[in-house]
Amino acid sequence: MSASTLDRFLASELVHNYRRNLPAVIGSLIVLGFAFTVTFGPGLVAQDPYDIAQLELMDSFKPPAWLEGGDPAYWLGTDGQGRDVLASIVYGTRISLFIGLTAMLASCLLGTTLGIVAGFHGGWLDAVIMRIADIQLSFPSVLTALFLMSAFGTGIEKVLIALTSVGWVVYARTVRGSTLREKQREYIQAARVSGLPNWKIILRHILPNVLTPIIVVATIQVGTFVLIEASLSFLGVGVPITKPSLGLLIKNGFDVLFSGLWWISVFPGLVIMLLVFGINLLGDFLRDELNPRLK
Amino acid sequence: MTAHPMPPSPLLQVRDLRTWFDTFGGVVKAVDGASFDVGRGEIVGLVGESGGGKSMVGYSIMRLIDPPGRIAGGRILFDGTDLCGLDERALRKIRGREIAMIFQDPMTALNPLYTIGDQLDEMLRLHTGLSARERRLRCIEMLHEVGIPQPEARLGNYPHQFSGGMRQRVVIAIAMIAGPRLLIADEPTTALDVTIQAQLLRLMKHAVEKRGASLILITHDLAAVSQMADRIVVLYCGRIVERGRARDVIERPRHPYTRGLLDSIPHQGLKRRRLSQIPGTVPDIRKLPPGCAFAPRCPMAAPVCRESAPNLVGGPSGHAVACHFPLEAKAA
Repeated sequence: MSASTLDRFLASELVHNYRRNLPAVIGSLIVLGFAFTVTFGPGLVAQDPYDIAQLELMDSFKPPAWLEGGDPAYWLGTDGQGRDVLASIVYGTRISLFIGLTAMLASCLLGTTLGIVAGFHGGWLDAVIMRIADIQLSFPSVLTALFLMSAFGTGIEKVLIALTSVGWVVYARTVRGSTLREKQREYIQAARVSGLPNWKIILRHILPNVLTPIIVVATIQVGTFVLIEASLSFLGVGVPITKPSLGLLIKNGFDVLFSGLWWISVFPGLVIMLLVFGINLLGDFLRDELNPRLK
Repeated sequence: MTAHPMPPSPLLQVRDLRTWFDTFGGVVKAVDGASFDVGRGEIVGLVGESGGGKSMVGYSIMRLIDPPGRIAGGRILFDGTDLCGLDERALRKIRGREIAMIFQDPMTALNPLYTIGDQLDEMLRLHTGLSARERRLRCIEMLHEVGIPQPEARLGNYPHQFSGGMRQRVVIAIAMIAGPRLLIADEPTTALDVTIQAQLLRLMKHAVEKRGASLILITHDLAAVSQMADRIVVLYCGRIVERGRARDVIERPRHPYTRGLLDSIPHQGLKRRRLSQIPGTVPDIRKLPPGCAFAPRCPMAAPVCRESAPNLVGGPSGHAVACHFPLEAKAA
């Protein structure tokens, strides 16, 4: 059974189109590379940059290995505390991706639930939920997150809350729209006349039929969240210094950037770029494939 | 269940049903005071043009009216129980098990993500205590009954693997599998090829007759109804204009509207044309004239028709008509 399902999947149009779509292949390779890095990276780099015992102040501000004065032990150089930039990036990517993925899952769960309830129930509940969403949308998401973080103070869980409270809206709106459309379909009416309770209609008949757009939104949103988190941390209201994400690494190097110590900021910046680029390539592919209107 | 007194009461008694919609433009009276019976094992045709409120009668019986719509008055007695007084929980025991409904468009009536076996089985899981094996057998049997070849193999197929006519057969199978006593079919063949419409109507008739169930056939196709129905109810702008035994209504229509509908059926063998014999269109239901709703289109309207609405005159089982100047009994 599972073998035939796999065969069917491999023979599907999605897989067929994927193989012929170079950006999608590149995007997924980048994403896979990051998945590998955050899973096994800490075991591969020599240093734990947040274990003070492992830091050597003598090695501070070393340039990348291939430049004059570089140390082959530190490929991408070190920062002011003698932290290996490469090791910092590996650890920082873990934090950035963890925040991006977790906040995406939380937003998705919250937004999808509220969207389905609003669309299915209608009436006052729909009005209340969607007006909150509208208000939320009338502020730029970075601004809302910035405001919330200023109120909360720094911390990973606070970043998650801030991102979720700006991120749920897009799911709620998408899902509500799809739910309204699906609700008109006769099979939903048929499910109602067959005596199915509402929660079963929602879980069995509506949810699976509104999932497709969610997948696309969720993929792209991981990239967006990584960027927002980086902005927050860069502005000093994101993650704490003890758990630096990629954004905080950029900020740490930014102070000395104009003294010619460019590698501390630039490498984490490039990594963010690559990560978001890979995610977006993948997201664009999914959007094109899963949206019948674009075919 | 208590024993029914003789003679047995009708399975469904709709009394003075009012289904209204509160809109910004005022109250839309989609159904305004409809009364009719459906006897046990009887086939009743609910006929009228689009916008006549016939679908709303079906939805009301199923209690599927969503806001801004509401059942503003009347009673719907199903085997003596007033459906209007039931809560959602009680309704769920009636829906699917006692009363089933079939919709117009077989293309969207099935969930594209589940196999038809799964969707048939859902009804049995919901309404019976049968084991998985018994349910499977029942599903195969049911598919066989509605004329799906190789039912065992077809159980695992998805809706998109069926043609429109085959899908409507599956829809009928799903509706009938839990053994309902009343089937409401809302324009069940309108979306289908003319060549299979008759087949499916016959199929539905057989399925209902075999189980001793009743059928409400909602349609604008008076020709189809005339061949199947025991009794006919003609609706115009939310009101019943004529009601009676199928034969009486078809052969001796007493309301000018029924007469107009009958006249607009082309002769046998010819392609169906648009209804053109009744001048004008169905009026805006929010701005009905004070008198008879049909008066503006009626060839024999008199001043009185524009002032007062005629009442439905006649016994509940006899041939009743709501017209100030009912047509004399004569062959159509």
